[in-house]
Order: sequence, then C-alpha cells, then structure tokens
Amino acid sequence: MDFLTWTGSVGTVLLPVFQIALLALALSLLAKLLFVFAGLDAPQLPGPDGAAAARSPGHFASLAIRFSFLAALAAIVFTLAAGAVMPSPVEAGILGAMAVRFWPVWLALAATFVLSIRFRRKLGLYGKLFDSTVGMIGFAIVMFWVFTAIFADVIITQDPFIQLSGLKNKAPGVLAPDSPYGWYLLGGDHLARDVFSRMVMGAREVLKIAPAATLFAFMVGITLGLPAGYFGGKLDTFISFLANLVLAFPVILLFYLLVTPEIRDTGIPIILAALLFIFPIIFLCTLWNSRYYTNPPRRNLYVGITLLIGLWAYSGLAFNMDPLGIWSMQPNMLNVFVSVVFVNSPGVFRIVRGLVMDIKARDYVAAGQTRGEGPWYIMLWEILPNARGPLIVDFCLRIGYTTILLGTLGFFGLGVSPDSPDWGSTIDDGRKLLNLFPHPALAPALALMSLVLGLNLLADGLREESLKD
Amino acid sequence: MGLFVLRRLGVMLLTALALTFVVFYLTNLQPNLEKLARTEGSVRMTDEAVQAWIEQNGHSGSVFARYGQWLGVVPGWTYTDEKGDTRGRCFAIGQDPATAPRFCGLFQGNWGFSTFFKKPVAASLGEKLAATGWLMLAVMLVMVPTSLFLGVLSGMREGSVIDRTLSTFSIASTATPEYVSGVILVALLATAATGISPILADYGLLEPNKTLFLASATSAMDDITFWNFTLPVMTIALYGIGYIARMTRASMTEVMTQQYIRTARLKGVPFRTVVMRHALRNALIAPFTVIMLQFPWLLNGVVIVESLFNYKGFGWTLVQAASNNDIPLLLACSVVAVVVVLLTQLISDIGYVFLNPRIRLA
Repeated sequence: MDFLTWTGSVGTVLLPVFQIALLALALSLLAKLLFVFAGLDAPQLPGPDGAAAARSPGHFASLAIRFSFLAALAAIVFTLAAGAVMPSPVEAGILGAMAVRFWPVWLALAATFVLSIRFRRKLGLYGKLFDSTVGMIGFAIVMFWVFTAIFADVIITQDPFIQLSGLKNKAPGVLAPDSPYGWYLLGGDHLARDVFSRMVMGAREVLKIAPAATLFAFMVGITLGLPAGYFGGKLDTFISFLANLVLAFPVILLFYLLVTPEIRDTGIPIILAALLFIFPIIFLCTLWNSRYYTNPPRRNLYVGITLLIGLWAYSGLAFNMDPLGIWSMQPNMLNVFVSVVFVNSPGVFRIVRGLVMDIKARDYVAAGQTRGEGPWYIMLWEILPNARGPLIVDFCLRIGYTTILLGTLGFFGLGVSPDSPDWGSTIDDGRKLLNLFPHPALAPALALMSLVLGLNLLADGLREESLKD
Repeated sequence: MGLFVLRRLGVMLLTALALTFVVFYLTNLQPNLEKLARTEGSVRMTDEAVQAWIEQNGHSGSVFARYGQWLGVVPGWTYTDEKGDTRGRCFAIGQDPATAPRFCGLFQGNWGFSTFFKKPVAASLGEKLAATGWLMLAVMLVMVPTSLFLGVLSGMREGSVIDRTLSTFSIASTATPEYVSGVILVALLATAATGISPILADYGLLEPNKTLFLASATSAMDDITFWNFTLPVMTIALYGIGYIARMTRASMTEVMTQQYIRTARLKGVPFRTVVMRHALRNALIAPFTVIMLQFPWLLNGVVIVESLFNYKGFGWTLVQAASNNDIPLLLACSVVAVVVVLLTQLISDIGYVFLNPRIRLA
C-alpha cells in the first residue's frame, strides 16, 4: 500500500529546520521563564553616564522566542507554498496537497485582506481590526473556515458519505485507487470514508448553525435585557430569576433533557421555537416603530415589510407550515437549534442588562428623557448603539461557545443524524478506536479548536480596538 | 449580612425547587413513560397495556402530584388490582400497606430505585460521587495553583513577552473544549501509534507500559496512579486554567496600576516584594469568585471526560441514566448537579463580600 509523506520532496530539507526551530522556541521560552524568576529580566535603563546598559539575558531570550517562532512559521509556510507549485500530491506531500485543495479559500482570503486593508480607514470598527495583529490573525482563521464552508464542494476530494473498501482506518496519505482524487489525504475513518472531505464538510455543518443560533440568542437577550435593565423593578426581578434558572442548569443535563427523539413527539421543541423565534420580529417591529412613529407612512412600510417577511419565515421555521415551502427546518435540526438558542440567551440577557444599567445613568440618556423621547426610543436608539462594542466582542466569543456546544451535542450523539460529518460526531466516531487510530478524531478536533481559537483571537482584537475609542 | 444570606438562601431554595420540577417534568413526559413501560414490562405490549402499566405503577395523574410524591410532601401512590393485591410507592410487593409510611420521597431519604443499575439510587450514586470527588480534587489541585501562578505572572508586567506568550496560551486553552483536548492529549501521549510514546519506547524508557499515560481511567476506580489518572485530570484542568488565568491576569493588571503600588515602588521596595506583599493579596479576590463559578462548568467537563476516559463516576452515571431512560437515577443526578451549582454560587457571593472590604452589607 502506498502512502504520501507529510511534507513531500521539500520535507527532507524543511523538516529538520522546523524541528530545530520548534526546539529553539521551547528552550527560549523556558529560558525566559527562568530569567524572570532569577530577576535577570530587568528593563533596560541608561547607565549613569547616559550610555545604554548591556542587554539583560531576559531580553536575549525574548529575541530568541521571536526569531525561533518566525523560523517555524516560515518553514510551515514554505512547505505549503512549495507544495502548491509541485505537479502531483506525491511531490507536494500531504500538507502541500491540502494547500492546493484549499485554493479557492486562499484566493478569497487574499481578496478579502487586500480590499479590507486598502479601505480600512472607511470601514469603522471592522477596518480598525486590521490595526491589531492578534485581531487580524483571528479574523484570518475565522474567514478561512467561513470560505471553507462556502467552497466545500470544490475542496473535498470525494463525497464525504462514500465508503471505499480496504481503506478502513488507514493512515493519512493513503493511496485510494477508487477515489476520483486518488488519495485519502488525511486517511480513512472506521467506515472507510475520507477524513479530509468529512472535515471540510463538517465546517459547513457547524457554520450553518452556530452564527444563526447566536444571532437568535442575541435577539432574545437584547429584547428582554433592554427593558429589564432600563425599567428595573418587578419585571427585572422576574426575568432575571428565569435567566438564572436556565444558567444554573448544567448544560449537558439540559441537552440530554431537551434534545431527544422522544421530546419531538411532545411538541416541546416547537413550543420553544414559537417562543424564541418571535423575538426577532418583536425586536425589529419595536425598532422601526420607536424611530418612525412620527412618520406613519414610513413606519407602516417598515413594520409591514418586517411582519410580512418575519411571519412568513416564522411559520416555516417554527411550525414547518410555510405555504411556499421555502423556509423549513428538519425536526432534529430545529431541536438542536432551539436548545442552543435557549442555552445561550440568558447569558446575553445578563450582559445586555448590565450594560443598560451602566449606560442609563449617562447624561445623554437624561437629555433624551428631558426631550420627551419615549423609553423604547431611548433603549433602542440611544443606549443600544452605545453598547455595541462589548456586544460585538461577546458575539464573537459566543459563536465560539456555540460551536463548542454543538460539538458537545455531536459528541454525545444528540440530535444529529448518525453519519453527519459535523465535527462533534466525527470526534465521537473516532474516539472509540482512539488508541489505535487517532487520526480520524484528530482532524475534526484540530479544526474545531482552530475555529474557536480564531473567534477568541478576533474577539480579543476587537476588544482592544474598541477600547481605543 | 444575616438578612443578605437569608434572602440568598430563600432564592436558592426556590430555584432548586423550580429546577427539579423542570427536570421532573421533562423526564416524566408521556413518551418517556411509554418507553419505560416497554422496557420494564415487555417490548411487545399493546398501547392499551402500556397505558394500564403506566396507571398501575403510579405514573398517571397530575404531574404536580407526582412531583409532590417524589419530593415526599404528598402521600405515595397505591394501586389495588382486581385480585386484591396492593402495591404502592412506599412498600415492596407483598408487604402490608398498613405498616408502610405514608410519605416516602426525597425528604424522607428515599431516592427511588434505579432501573439501570437494579439497585437503590442512593447506594449506587454514593459510590459514583466518591469517584468523581477524587477526580475533582485532583483537578482543583492542578488547576487552581497553575492558573493563579500563570495569571499573576502575566499580569505582573502587562504587555511583556511573557505576558503575551501566556495570554496566547490561555486563549488557546479556553478555545479547546474537553472533548478536543482529550483527543489531542491521547493522540500525543497515550497511544503506541503516534505522538511521543513510540519515540520514548524506542529508547526503552517506557517498560513495561509501552505508553506514557493510559488512555482509559477505568483502572483508576480501584487504584489511582499517575499513569492512569493524569490524562483525565489534565483534560479537565486545561480548559479551566486558561479561563481562570485570564481573569487573574485582568485583576492583577488592574491592581498593578493602583496608586499604592506606585508609592511602594517609589519608596524603593523591590519589584518582587511589591508583587508578593502588596499586589497579590488584592489581586486574588476576583479569581476566587471565578474559581467558584467554574464548578458548573467543571460538572460539564466531568461528564465529557468520564465518558471519554470511561471513568465510572457521576458524569458517566448521568450519561447512562439519560441514555437508558432511568428516571429516578437521572432525577437524583440532576438534584446533585443543581445543589452543587447553587451552593457554589452562594459561597462565591458570600465569600466575595467577606474578602472584599470595600463591600459592606448592612
């Protein structure tokens, strides 16, 4: 049986370079730590005669960390780039061949970055993101997976559900004569399917649900958090009690109770969906009404359009009764979606409530009240825009958290079809033979980790940049 | 202070009741009861037989009454069939109903009978909880010192290389849920196929085990060793370390910008002493709350890790109870979980007031 090597023909040179760089990185990190404890890391101060002092050992360690990190990074990039120009997977190696498969993603990423950096001064907070290295790295990782999800059909090397005989649990880079591509780049799983293609398709599964569920959770949290924080009193006490109730539930227990085939028979997911999906409509209607109620024709137009599209989608998504059949959701998908929204909304509620309580003491809110602005106008058009910074940061973090939750659901086999390529259930499939064949579980695990890491870094960058205002 | 604690206790009790009722309602849905009837009775029962079974075993009637029975504030059900045999919640078949107590629920110490383990819930849950207790203890012993240490170290000098390196590590560790870090750790350390175990085994360093660590913690139930317990503990701890370290760092950087730190520095106190004497004490108040509020998440971690490493503790029991439709066991698990969550919330609130002299409650 033929196998590809990881790095192809350039690997003979680059692999030792990479190993040395990694070793140097580890050593310099350790040295830096030791120097900090030994007190050899003092900041540089000019001597009494004004001459610059000798550099401290800690400083040299910092330089070593930086250069070894860059060397390791350069080795990886060079391997990928070299792989991309090699004629066949054999010379390119697994890494190089994968880099080639992702070509639409690289193109899209390059276009996004060139355009964004070119016009970053005109793009508000999004443009400022490109001033922070951490934020840019995070954004790049997130967009990598977003584009992977979009172009998944082009990237995969074969249908993720097809099983080819003889390739069960085979190691990465195995020859697959029956596959249209000819190789299983990341090996075969326990049912002899292509791990690489399943990982790529899994990105689509995850990114189909996580951002949308987070958005719905934000709609629910904002619609309830604004009045709770602004009016306070009994309303606040009541909603806060309910929110704390959901937050006190261990998430896994809630999932085991809410995401089961039996519960679909009782209609509880549909009731929950009916309850949760109405919030975006309420939110948008209040938003337009509070802004334009002095201008009835315009108000009627906006509210009318919102109601028309909103209720149309609502009937399809919550009750699966869309007369035109465009909006619909599979019962198990609805179940998963609703549970994730339900788990996330109380967290959003708490954040919004806290922000509103902080902002409502500001002078511009008092000015609005003096002008005779209505409470909903103040909440939605004065307070909410001023709370957007922390909310956007939390949105990024929460998509990551939702991704983790979806993975947890998949890991316990809740609410997903058995052969679904989503990352959680692929990890679950792979873990049974983890001791002998770690690769089928490792690929989706690393993918999930990198996506969440990207989202966290993005949130970090956004927080840094929004604090600079 | 007393009033504050009392009010908190009241809300806590109300929350516990509401939560257990929700769990009770969701576990006692009609489809679940029908499934129970078919597993306890026979798989080929007709729909009428299923209904009759549900009625004869006290699962019919209002959900509030059944919840009351389970709690022990409503008299237990009894059912007399046409042959004159009586059975009920509070006595075994054949026992004289007259001698049995009227109430037998949670308050009377009756947790029910587990249909999965085929023994009383209290007994089986007790030993599982002890197993999880060891796991939690080990996790805490690893997680708390490490994360505080890393947090203080990176918050000490904001923006330094050490700070940025450790912050990246913390972000990476919070981005790695347990089912991912578990898989990575196993692949790296505990298989003979990949990672560093085969390399070390080549040098003959790993006799007779072949791997650095064991990828299953089942044997740790009887005998905890470094070899079989490290991976589950590290997997849970890793996720928490990043989070607590970030919180500690935030608190530490805030303290380091305070006036009294500058005063101490200008006075000529060495940097190390400033950190140890002046800053640390104030910087560790906020992480205390965070560590306490980490418990609910640890519970999640325990469930995932115990299933991943096949360690038969509380989390494993919860999964078995839920997937085998074992209603009394699942209810007991949720009671434990809810109590743990609420207690840690209470401790974190009260502890915060005690630790932080700036907060005074009348």
